[in-house]
Amino acid sequence: MSIQATHRDSGKVTVVDMSGRISLGDGSALLRTLVRQLLAEDRTLILLNLADVNYIDSSGIGELVSAFTTVKGRGGEMKLLNLTKKVHDLLQITKLFTVFEVFNEESKAIQSFK
Amino acid sequence: MTPQSKQLETTLETQVESVNLAEEMCLRVAEAAGFGEEDCYRIGMSVREGVINAFHYGNQERPDRKIHLTVELTSEKLIIHVMDEGKGFKLGDVPDPLAEENLLSTSGRGIFLMRSFMDDFDVVEGRTGGAEIIMSKRLPSAAKPLGDSAVGHGNEGKDPHQEA
Repeated sequence: MSIQATHRDSGKVTVVDMSGRISLGDGSALLRTLVRQLLAEDRTLILLNLADVNYIDSSGIGELVSAFTTVKGRGGEMKLLNLTKKVHDLLQITKLFTVFEVFNEESKAIQSFK
Repeated sequence: MTPQSKQLETTLETQVESVNLAEEMCLRVAEAAGFGEEDCYRIGMSVREGVINAFHYGNQERPDRKIHLTVELTSEKLIIHVMDEGKGFKLGDVPDPLAEENLLSTSGRGIFLMRSFMDDFDVVEGRTGGAEIIMSKRLPSAAKPLGDSAVGHGNEGKDPHQEA
């Protein structure tokens, strides 16, 4: 399944709805391009909704980490919403739950941004 | 290779498309061998990571180098070999991606994922002089009897040849 992403505003937060696979090739490239685009528009508070992302490989993980550090470097925040079980388990075994803030409810996630 | 085993060998180009191709090929063998959805996911992910490793680190993304993929199905397990044409590496030299100082690294998790998802994992020097990843997963107890169908549908790779 090819990767797709759309974004919408929820107050000061930009919610990015992604679907498909974030893996080597198009998936990782799309995430990188999208984050750069949002930062260029001074959208530095980003909530990645991964409800329809059922697969991430090590390249995708690397891209998530890269996006996280890039956004943070710009003084912003990037958080994750609605992980599927496979993505949840992957972030757990790679200890990235200690890095990312993860939410199951969009409203609570939005409220958590400073 | 034991008399009861089936083996499929494929030579892949050093290109991104080979990652998906290798994954699809191994998934077909794994499904035919009776592995369930979760095991197939883990096998598929491990094959991806092995080929990504060969593509990026081993062959340095050089198109003049090849990736050699072998899938072997025995009465006990599925064994996958991924060999590159690079300089090889030692497992002991691979940084621990779970170490605090590496958590924000944007790469270096492939070996860890293969080790986590497969029953056995090792890296040896391949006949090309590059690294050869060898990883295996035991067949589920409910696996169907091995037959030609288990490896007969997975030869979509470039320049494939099958050995029985």
